[in-house]
Amino acid sequence: MVQPKTLILSAVLAIGLTGLTGIALAEDQHGSVPERQSWSFGGPFGTFDQAQLQRGFKVYREVCSNCHGLSKVAFRNLAEEGGPGFTEAQVKALAAEYKVKDGPNDQGEMFERAGRASDRFPSPFPNPEAARASLGAIPPDMSLLAKARSYPRGTPLFLADPILQYQEHGVDYIYALLNGYSKKDDPNWNDYFPGNKIGMPNPLADGQVDYTDGTPATVKQYAKDVSAFLMWTAEPKLEERKKTGFRVIAFLILLAGLTYLTKRKIWANVAH
Amino acid sequence: MSGHSTYVPKSALGRWFESRLPIMGLIHGSFVVYPVPRNLNYFWTFGGILSFMLICQIITGIVLAMHYTPHVDYAFASVEYIMRDVNWGWVIRYTHANGASMFFIAVYLHMLRGLYYGSYKAPREVLWILGVIIYLLMMATGFMGYVLPWGQMSFWGATVITNLFSAIPLVGDAITTWLWGGYSVDNPTLNRFFSLHYLLPFMIAAVVVLHVWALHVTGQNNPAGVEVKNVERDTLPFTPYATVKDGFALLCFLIFFSWFVFYAPNYLGHADNYVEANPLVTPAHIVPEWYYLPFYAILRAIPSKLGGVMAMFGAIVVLAFLPWLDTSRVKSAAYRPLYKFFFWLFVVSCLGLGFLGAKPPEGAYVIASRLLTLYYFGFFLIIMPLLGLFETPKPVPASIADAVLAKNSAHAQAHS
Repeated sequence: MVQPKTLILSAVLAIGLTGLTGIALAEDQHGSVPERQSWSFGGPFGTFDQAQLQRGFKVYREVCSNCHGLSKVAFRNLAEEGGPGFTEAQVKALAAEYKVKDGPNDQGEMFERAGRASDRFPSPFPNPEAARASLGAIPPDMSLLAKARSYPRGTPLFLADPILQYQEHGVDYIYALLNGYSKKDDPNWNDYFPGNKIGMPNPLADGQVDYTDGTPATVKQYAKDVSAFLMWTAEPKLEERKKTGFRVIAFLILLAGLTYLTKRKIWANVAH
Repeated sequence: MSGHSTYVPKSALGRWFESRLPIMGLIHGSFVVYPVPRNLNYFWTFGGILSFMLICQIITGIVLAMHYTPHVDYAFASVEYIMRDVNWGWVIRYTHANGASMFFIAVYLHMLRGLYYGSYKAPREVLWILGVIIYLLMMATGFMGYVLPWGQMSFWGATVITNLFSAIPLVGDAITTWLWGGYSVDNPTLNRFFSLHYLLPFMIAAVVVLHVWALHVTGQNNPAGVEVKNVERDTLPFTPYATVKDGFALLCFLIFFSWFVFYAPNYLGHADNYVEANPLVTPAHIVPEWYYLPFYAILRAIPSKLGGVMAMFGAIVVLAFLPWLDTSRVKSAAYRPLYKFFFWLFVVSCLGLGFLGAKPPEGAYVIASRLLTLYYFGFFLIIMPLLGLFETPKPVPASIADAVLAKNSAHAQAHS
């Protein structure tokens, strides 16, 4: 006869052993582990900080957009709810500053015209080959970058993340990476990039982008703002999602509670 | 055992219809008066939860298919179009993607319930085998569904899994080429996976009908593992007793499901799948979805490719033979102290294999995978047949009513 205690003990032991092998074998190809940052959009009630998204957009526009595309985002998105909160007029004026390829026209010719709010951001290179020819590497499109990047959390932390609501691994990685150029003599060395040799040389410097709202013009602040902006481009419905989720779950908890009381009443008089 | 219909239509139209197609009587017999053992615990609510999940996946899937484009150049962009521009598209896609995981969580609990309480044993062998077929179809459906967004993991996961067929001697390469519709995973592969991903859920629904039919012939097993002897004393009518209990359990499951959809929608996925598929760039680690990880660990535990493939498929096929591998005359683990121990060890080894499936196949990971694979097969092929011969079960209650009485009096004593 096996006691339940023995059973639990052996189970814990087995899990512990597997966990230990995990730690012993953790490889070091991933670079340093990014530090967890505090973000306004974290947690079940998170919302974007509009001013931060506007600053992040400025950093994207003046720095990142020289090499990185934002092909899934349309100008009109900048004025939509849950985003940076530009006005429609601002978006229209902004879009008009871009040249967009269109056509063919009646003569069968392709032509360039001023951008409209419904256009998506034009990419800096016509195709990946052109990017490689001019930069030596292909800069990833930034639309989904905050969801397309992550870092290994390890066991057992990864099990706690969905409960404790840590879902910002990608943003933390981007923020750490932008602050990870630690070797002055090697602009392509990055503490956080897997393998440490990154194609992109340090893109940010203090004072590079003008902030008009009194926010410090430092690399740390640029990195923070552009990372937040990239979370928005990757998940433009984040605010709507979290708000809807609260309503759905509150409703379900209420309904489940009432159903439980009904169940108790129905089962009260039968042996089971 | 199948609820003999006592249904009498109240209206003249109802009587006219019932004498031509007695479908109301069938529903009444199956979901109203159908007798359920009165001692069922909450692990018996997963059948209802799984039916709900199948319908949920089919409905969200049909809506997604209205907006999705199965072409290598447009698939990835069309998924992002759903996320950004389709009204409520994000909630439909996140529900469908996380719904697959929820479907597997529920099916694993459902299967472990059957394994613990001996639900596969006579007279429920056919019911169990139909369940194994549903599980196999689910795995095929889930795999093909993960390919459709055409991200990096979609593409490379499809490449790794379809390549397994090339391990078949002589005809392997020809079969793989035939599956791909070309010489690599490409547009024809994506097209046929989309077609099959749309087809298979309806095949699952058909087998589910057979599964429920077989269930209603034999009746449900129960925690005591003894058959119904007296319908009056041992059972309760499905409605209202099981309906309200299943409803409550489903709502609790939906709270859990919603937590992932709204607060951690990408937790169960992989970041690399937000990078569009690129046949020229291989991801650092190719990992299948979590619900395949134990089988992926078994695949990589065997040093030969063909052996690994056979072990992986064998790990699922062996389930179909359970009714004859288990030699014990007692069904429920509640009265089988040794089996109970080995059962929980089996659960731990499956979790361990799942963990190892996500790790690179090197060093101690491989050794651990081999040990746990050995236990996985040993549990079914050695422990189960031998336990029935050597284990002394505890006394089994004479009937369900007796089991309920014994439980309630123990409960009363503990509180007095």
